Amino acid sequence: MVAIEDYVARIEETCGAEKDFIVLFKYDKKDEAIAKILEKAKKEKAISTIIFELTFKNVSFRLYGTGKAIFRDLKDKNALQSILTELLL
Amino acid sequence: MFDPHKIREDFPILKRKVNNHPLIYFDNAATSQKPRQVIEAIKDFYENHNANVHRAVHTLSQEASELYENAHEEVAKFINAEGMEETIFVRGTTEAINLVAYSWGLRNLKKGDEVVVSLMEHHSNIVPWEILASINGFSLRYVGVNNDGTLNYEDFENKISKRTKIVCFSHVSNVTGVVNDVKRIVKIAHEYGALALADGAQSVPHLPVNAKDLDIDFLAFSGHKMLGPTGIGCLYGKRELLEKMAPYHGGGEMIREVSYDPKKKRCSISWNDLPWKFEAGTPNVEGGVGLMAAIKYLKKLSMENVKAHECALTEYAMRRLEECKKVKIYGPKNPSVKCGIIPFNVEGLSSHDVALFLDNYGIMVRSGFHCAQPLHQIFKLNSSTRASFYIYNTREEIDQFVEVLKEIEQV
Repeated sequence: MVAIEDYVARIEETCGAEKDFIVLFKYDKKDEAIAKILEKAKKEKAISTIIFELTFKNVSFRLYGTGKAIFRDLKDKNALQSILTELLL
Repeated sequence: MFDPHKIREDFPILKRKVNNHPLIYFDNAATSQKPRQVIEAIKDFYENHNANVHRAVHTLSQEASELYENAHEEVAKFINAEGMEETIFVRGTTEAINLVAYSWGLRNLKKGDEVVVSLMEHHSNIVPWEILASINGFSLRYVGVNNDGTLNYEDFENKISKRTKIVCFSHVSNVTGVVNDVKRIVKIAHEYGALALADGAQSVPHLPVNAKDLDIDFLAFSGHKMLGPTGIGCLYGKRELLEKMAPYHGGGEMIREVSYDPKKKRCSISWNDLPWKFEAGTPNVEGGVGLMAAIKYLKKLSMENVKAHECALTEYAMRRLEECKKVKIYGPKNPSVKCGIIPFNVEGLSSHDVALFLDNYGIMVRSGFHCAQPLHQIFKLNSSTRASFYIYNTREEIDQFVEVLKEIEQV
């Protein structure tokens, strides 16, 4: 069975007052993860294939072609886990 | 002056690409990269001399002990300490400050006493004192910072008193790069009969630092920020102070004798000589060897040249950053009062977004509080992005950095 751990290498809570989360996708799975996310999330803005400004269920986040994403204004890590589950699985 | 392009040839990591772009490493305030000479010194130690140090008669131990002692001597000469007795090897700046807090502070600070700390400090020069204050009941008095990030000396003079036992401040701020006037602070501290501790994590790697001339009582710094390996750093302390202090880590290596008294049913212990008294357990010999190689490398360049190179880069970067209309730089505008650290934000973006964007182009910077949350509170900032330079950084890298920032401004 596929799990978000198959795609996600690490989750970092940012240092600063913002309390954002940075998700680092596994190198060999990043393209697959990006494709899945782009399929489900609404694209607000894109800078070529490098950066995508996205929203999904009222959560705004930025996805980078390098396989990293920054999620803003989430309540906690559980909220992030459920968003990632919906986006990736 | 040296040629940074030539220096870059000594740093294998600078040849790599990140995200298909040549690596631009601007996170030197967090840790520096390592030259081949340091990497090879560590390799040579493990391939040819590895053994535990001291109290063994065999050849390898003798060689390892000699290397480890030479490393202490090299560090002592580098900061103009009187000798290796004044240079205690620790894991880094944090451990060095904790050593002072627990070896000196625990026994000398009591209710009614005061410790003066600046608000521009890294957490490593705040938290140990706060912990100790909650144990011993002394007071902490925080010195304010001016709007441009410089230390408020007037406030310092207002906060210090006859009750002050020690003043703790950074030589160079890890957020703004502001260089504090150590001599002035130490002189005032001594006039009140207080000791002075400087966090040298951002100064010793970047400026000529002369402990004797500064008359500082304690100076803490890390090896990994000055081309050396991680896990090695130094606490400089005046010999007469260190001799009076009791160790806070106990174990092997730091004792002269442990003898059991059957009548008292206790062991009596006498301490080893300095600096070993404070270095309990098997030390980080490889770290010492690496740090010695790093210092030799820096000495070859001369610390005056290191300082001049970083000042020139900072001046150039600040001038070029003026082209970025949405970039706001914090700290003093005058590069001559600071080291090679530039904190900034891009209007409308979080520092982490900026760092991730730069990472796309192989540019490594740090984002967040940089372990200095009180200073960010003063600046009313949620976080900041920090670019910090070292000997191998070039103007061309700054040009590339500015070009990417201009792109970021379009987001």
